[in-house]
Amino acid sequence: MPTSSMFLAQQPGQAPDVDYVAILPVLIIFGAAALGVLLEALLPRNQRWSVQVGLTLVTIVGAGLAFGYYLSDAPENGTTTLAGTLSIDQPALFLWGTLLALGFGAVLLIADRTVEPGGAFVAEAAIRPGTIQDRAQVGSASMQTEVFPLTLFALGGMMTFTAANDLLTMFIALEVLSLPLYLMCGLARRRRLLSQESAVKYFLLGAFASAFFLYGLALLYGYAGSVKLADIANAAAGTDRSDALLFGGLALLVVGLLFKGSVGPFHAWTPDVYQGAPTPVTAFMAACTKVAAFGGMLRVLTVAFESTSWEWRGVLWAVAIASMVIGAVLGLTQTDVKRMIAYSSIAHAGFLLIGTIALTDQGLSGTMFYLLAYGFTTLAAFGVVSLVRDSTGEATHLSQWAGLAKRSPLVAWTFTFLLLALAGIPMTSGFIGKFVVFSAALQDGMAPLVVIALVASAVAAFFYLRVIVLMHFSEPAEDGPTVSVPGAFTTAAITMGVAVTLLLGVLPAFALDWASGGGFAS
Amino acid sequence: MLLALLLLPLLGGIAVAFLRDDRTAKLAALAVSLLELLLVIPAWLAYDPSGDRLQQTLSVDWIPAFGVKFSLGIDGIALVMVALIALLVPIVVGGSWADKLPEGRNAAGFYSLLLVMEAGMVGVFVATDVFLFYVFFEAVLVPMYFLIGRFGGPRRQYAAVKFFLYSLLGGLIMLASVIGLYAVSAEQLGEGTLDWATLAEVMRTADTSTQVWLFLGFFIAFAIKAPLFPLHTWLPDAGAEAPVGVGVLLVGILDKIGTFGFLRYCLPLFPAASHDLAPLVLVLAVIGILYAALLAAGQDDMKRFVAYTSIAHFGFIGLGIFAFSEQAATGAVLYMVNHGISTGMLFLVVGMVIARGGSRLISDYGGMAKLTPLLGGLFLLAGLSSLSLPGTNSFISEFLVLIGSFDNQPVFTILATIGMILAALYVLWAYQRIMQGPVRGNALVGAGGGPGTAMAPEIGARRTISDLSGREIGVLAPLVVLIIGLGIYPKPVLDVIGPSVQATVQSASEAPAAQGGN
Repeated sequence: MPTSSMFLAQQPGQAPDVDYVAILPVLIIFGAAALGVLLEALLPRNQRWSVQVGLTLVTIVGAGLAFGYYLSDAPENGTTTLAGTLSIDQPALFLWGTLLALGFGAVLLIADRTVEPGGAFVAEAAIRPGTIQDRAQVGSASMQTEVFPLTLFALGGMMTFTAANDLLTMFIALEVLSLPLYLMCGLARRRRLLSQESAVKYFLLGAFASAFFLYGLALLYGYAGSVKLADIANAAAGTDRSDALLFGGLALLVVGLLFKGSVGPFHAWTPDVYQGAPTPVTAFMAACTKVAAFGGMLRVLTVAFESTSWEWRGVLWAVAIASMVIGAVLGLTQTDVKRMIAYSSIAHAGFLLIGTIALTDQGLSGTMFYLLAYGFTTLAAFGVVSLVRDSTGEATHLSQWAGLAKRSPLVAWTFTFLLLALAGIPMTSGFIGKFVVFSAALQDGMAPLVVIALVASAVAAFFYLRVIVLMHFSEPAEDGPTVSVPGAFTTAAITMGVAVTLLLGVLPAFALDWASGGGFAS
Repeated sequence: MLLALLLLPLLGGIAVAFLRDDRTAKLAALAVSLLELLLVIPAWLAYDPSGDRLQQTLSVDWIPAFGVKFSLGIDGIALVMVALIALLVPIVVGGSWADKLPEGRNAAGFYSLLLVMEAGMVGVFVATDVFLFYVFFEAVLVPMYFLIGRFGGPRRQYAAVKFFLYSLLGGLIMLASVIGLYAVSAEQLGEGTLDWATLAEVMRTADTSTQVWLFLGFFIAFAIKAPLFPLHTWLPDAGAEAPVGVGVLLVGILDKIGTFGFLRYCLPLFPAASHDLAPLVLVLAVIGILYAALLAAGQDDMKRFVAYTSIAHFGFIGLGIFAFSEQAATGAVLYMVNHGISTGMLFLVVGMVIARGGSRLISDYGGMAKLTPLLGGLFLLAGLSSLSLPGTNSFISEFLVLIGSFDNQPVFTILATIGMILAALYVLWAYQRIMQGPVRGNALVGAGGGPGTAMAPEIGARRTISDLSGREIGVLAPLVVLIIGLGIYPKPVLDVIGPSVQATVQSASEAPAAQGGN
């Protein structure tokens, strides 16, 4: 196998070696996504849903099996393939596993049609809200089944993103994961206007972020003469080239990544999009996009910019603090469950950033463990949110959750457990995640940041508590929402999220061992 | 053995949660808590005071990546606290037997949470891995939060949230220090650990500024828990709104996690910092003694009254611990046990008064002893024990604390002694107002729906108030026996705690910055 740095992809007449077994999971996902689009065109309408759901779930399981097969004897130090554009190393494998598992859960939520008759998605997203056609559409029970191939494309993009070893591949993966998400946000069956607004907002801001990323990429190419992360690292180590290009490029690049990870102060889209998007899609975004964004950030910062970390780390300190403070403080004022979880995710992004900028082995494994833990918790939390409904759809206003424990104790206790996990109470994965990330940060000399993070956690705990108080201690409202009996799909997704949250809280050893399996290969 | 002590209430609590019938749930909870009490006996007998510092140990790898072990073990201090828990929980179950739960709540939920909390409390005292300790420390909050929030008085939401946020904030600050300990051990040993005994060795040589920072993290958490002035404001609210039985556990056990933490973690792990910062702690302790005593005297709400007396007592315990003399520390540990018994009893008795009168306000009562002589007598006994009358258990502990502290800290000791006088004032005054004189007050003569009778607005005609029932006598009897028994013959407890206290004080005195301990 040729080593990546010696190999030039542009070289004519010589096809790069491809380690097909290693990238098989990604190939399966993309292949099935393409197949799904074809099926959408060929199948009669009444068969589409069942075929698409079956295909998507089988695809993810199949990709998981291929992944497991490769994992069983993967080279310890990782490998690069496709002319060094993809690096299949231990972190990439861990994140792939995380993404596949979370993607499976998200697809279960997306596929559910019992909670909302006909599914959470609208049949024709292009109809203008408020028109006669729109009102007719609300009553119909059909849905847009393109959402399944779109999910697969996004998932494949995320997996590529976490393994991308040069900036150009990374950019393409970023677009592949983003474009389907923009579309999916606009598909909500209820509250069409909010949903469309969120799609437009996400698209516009996302386009800006992509442009930033691309501009940064261009500057870095100008600096290093290469888009490969390893070459940038080499160029940055001891040259007399202009630092302006390097740091300008880095700054723009990181802004693009921070945007995707919904890190404050680049978070402005998060609450609106989380609120407006169909809840299953929100769950998918909150869990998987975060994994992809931070996976990419970890790789870029560690592989390409470790040698210059002294120069940029202070800035990211400030960003992490801003994110934690914005998330925790603004979260206090929210009255909508989905917006509240959105601000919570901004605060969590701040915690994740702390682990990311530690740039140590512990920081890497801690951040990845945190991503795994947070992903499952937040997935299950959105699953629960989708169950609490009234006649107009999901009842996301907090006042409607009052006294939920009396109407439906099981749902209320499940959500309580998930909120405690988000708050980081022991015996949940959230606590172990905080512990590993903060201990990595402290060992790397970031004690002030850790203290700020812990205070932010305490502030954030207040708004989780507020929901618990509402659910358990308040009297239910007269015309309060009912809790739908979840179908098998949603039940499975929530159960999976809760079980993993508990398991990683009580017996985290196996996941921690896997996460600390090795560093990046480039 | 310790694992059984931990698992029995946990599994019992989970099982009770599924019982639909209230009476079955109560009986099951009582059975579990009595079985737990029985289990403590062999643990007590197997404990050898002159043996190793930590006994009956058990250690299993838990998170190898962080050197975290699931390790249990007890020393004398932990043993008496576990015994106190096992004693108080059945009493609380018995004491809450006839409580009217808020509408829509069932007994299964209450007793299930109570037992789960017992498991958590036992865990806090038997954990010998700092990480595990932290896990239990935080885990106890959750059942307590729901007990107050679901089953408490009118302002229960506010009290529950305040309790939880205070404790959680303290816990998170402590978490920073726990991680700090891990980082220090990783630096010194090459491989991080959170094992308590190993850390005590490692931290001995750590420089003072590191110790001070880490000490502060633990100290703030424990000072909130204990509660020391000025971090005490959650306790009167939580104590007043909690159901009586839960209040007993709150002031009787939960708060002692703080003082236990001082002894187990602050002193041995950060000896130099403990010495450097002792004056600060002592000032807070003495302010607490005097300030809380004055507030207690001024309270009209009986449950808040008990909560404030409790804060004053914790000042004494803090004084005993941070005086760095063996005698004072022995007194402090004995105080922890005695306080659990006497304040626990006071809380229960007050609960029985409230159950009869339907009001928490002292001003709604008067001359009650004429109607309920036995209740009046036991109120007096609990009060006298609380003000440390010679012949009751608390006298010995308070005496030891004061006499032991005097050598090292004469000024603080003299100031604290004033607190004893104030204690006599507030206890006897409260007793006089509630129990003595002609029968009077809205709660007793039944003016009906007066301003202070918010708890039971339906009171109409003159109520019939009966003396203690057989159940209530059965609940209070063990406490009466202990108050008088330990007042006359405290040796069994002193023997058990002696060597552990000695080791604790010594470990704190061997520090480079040590002053002359005994």
